[in-house]
Amino acid sequence: MALLSEVPSVVMVHRKRRNVELVMILFAQAVGLGAYALIHLNQSARLPDELPVVAGLWFGLGLVAHLVVRLRLPYADPLLLPCVLLLNGLGLAMIHRIDLINEPPTSGATQQLMWTALGVALLVLTALVLRDHRPLIRFTYTLGLAGIALLLLPLLPVIGTSQFGARIWITVAGFSFQPAEVAKVVLAIAFSSYLVEKRDVLALAGWRVLGLDLPRARDLGPILLVWLASLLVLVYQRDLGTSLLFFGLFVMMLYVSTERPGWAVLGTAMFALGAGAAVLLADRVGQLAHVSVRIDSWLHPFDDIDQNGQIIAAQFGLAWGGLLGTGLGLGRPGLTPLARSDFIAAAVGEELGMAGLMAVITVYGIVVARGLRTALAAKDQFGTLLATGLSFVLALQVFIIIGGVTRLLPLTGLTTPFMSQGGSSMIANWVIVALLLVISHQTRKPAATRLEPSPDAEETQVIGRDRAGAGGRR
Amino acid sequence: MSELVVTLLKVLFLALLWVFILSAASVIRTDLFGRTVQASELPQQLEQPHRPRGRRRAKQTPRAVEVTNGNKQGLRADLFSGPVLIGRSSDCAILLDDDYVSTRHARIDADSSGGYYVEDLGSTNGTYVNGQRITAPTTITLVDSVRIGRTVLKLVS
Repeated sequence: MALLSEVPSVVMVHRKRRNVELVMILFAQAVGLGAYALIHLNQSARLPDELPVVAGLWFGLGLVAHLVVRLRLPYADPLLLPCVLLLNGLGLAMIHRIDLINEPPTSGATQQLMWTALGVALLVLTALVLRDHRPLIRFTYTLGLAGIALLLLPLLPVIGTSQFGARIWITVAGFSFQPAEVAKVVLAIAFSSYLVEKRDVLALAGWRVLGLDLPRARDLGPILLVWLASLLVLVYQRDLGTSLLFFGLFVMMLYVSTERPGWAVLGTAMFALGAGAAVLLADRVGQLAHVSVRIDSWLHPFDDIDQNGQIIAAQFGLAWGGLLGTGLGLGRPGLTPLARSDFIAAAVGEELGMAGLMAVITVYGIVVARGLRTALAAKDQFGTLLATGLSFVLALQVFIIIGGVTRLLPLTGLTTPFMSQGGSSMIANWVIVALLLVISHQTRKPAATRLEPSPDAEETQVIGRDRAGAGGRR
Repeated sequence: MSELVVTLLKVLFLALLWVFILSAASVIRTDLFGRTVQASELPQQLEQPHRPRGRRRAKQTPRAVEVTNGNKQGLRADLFSGPVLIGRSSDCAILLDDDYVSTRHARIDADSSGGYYVEDLGSTNGTYVNGQRITAPTTITLVDSVRIGRTVLKLVS
């Protein structure tokens, strides 16, 4: 009897919390719609004529997302969707506000709403097709290669195009697309399944230098490959942001799966070395001039007003916004070039002030925290790593771009997830949220069985009872 | 609109944003403590066994478990007197003398819909239904065979 593993008689299960989610979704969407109404109130003292149509479409999207989650992923985290819809709504309102500056007003927000609808459609598709994240573990190398290919796709001669100095776009049949945004989801899946498979050898073999566990030389292959790919992106696509995002993702996931700081230290050193060399060589190699300009405009923006007009305008906007902002629709975010995409954080900071920008960053923080919470609670290692990777990539992207806009870091052209104008980024981030919802559903739903299957292999073992030689009978 | 209304609306909107964050925080707080339930109340999702196609589900209700193959062939245990425990322990209704069988290996019990299921009790070598190792309680009918160690059991009517 004592051998029998005792099953606890009382267990904790998560509540489904779908009603809480619905209330929070309605709240979040009301905030977005409120921003839209407020912009028109402030600018023309009356509500927009299209308000009922916009409200219908907007709340419809939220309800569809909610219903699918309620039916297919009933135990999913209740805060992910509301937070994402809040950010998305604020982004749409800000893009619409910048649309209104042009005469006649442009239709960027309408396009963005369509992309949001496509994002929600992908969420629905993910929830319908992929209720469980575990099957994804099978496609390690396929997805890994696909991810690297996507990352390097803009370097191809015909379809790759260069905009604003960075070659990160492909144009096919008139549509331009940023494949790196999709690559970040694909590579997060590939990295996590790869690391589940290889974590033991990466964690245990190695030698110790100065109190730091370093990996064996022969295990360095994958990290070298990712390092090379990210350097290629840096040099030939001239995009420090994307390069940093992917290498950071890989190093962080290595660290999480192996629990060895050695990997993190090594990775940071490798990136610093690569990027440092790139910057030092920048003057001699024309390819890299872009990067050194970025560093210059980070450290001394006010030295060259012509070159750094964008970052200077953003700083003035933020300063004018102050603590409470100028009020929605009452600032002049249009003075900053690209205010609707890369610099949307500056537009938010100008019109909603520090209080508003802090709120936005906090909401990002909540999304990331819920993702990491899911990772901690996940029952399988793949789920843990995937949830960590997806939340981290979101966090790193927000940090890099908002850090760049507020001049904490050198500016690199990344999108602000869910807010910036841009279809590729929007749908990729909605897929990230869909995957996090799937993992959190699997994590939070009560276990169907009371007994875990025994973890040891399927092969037959003989447990000797009273004969010493019984163990030999295999 | 007057300056005052504009300022009021501005502050109201910012307050709304922060109220959202505070309510999110309170959702997180209440989410920390789930509901505690008796383990026996948990939904027992019964897995359907891999059954060769074409065989119909037998109509009669099972009455007993019988060892159909193995050194205890012919041994039966009545299903109506509660769960049937299978293992090497002396309190098992079906006592198997086999090195591949754990002390308390598996259990066959009635489910809520009148059928029967077999559940592995964390055995070393596993329980197989129609040749597939089970990882969760699995419904069985008269056509399914359950293998435990070198013994095959079936439900009989």
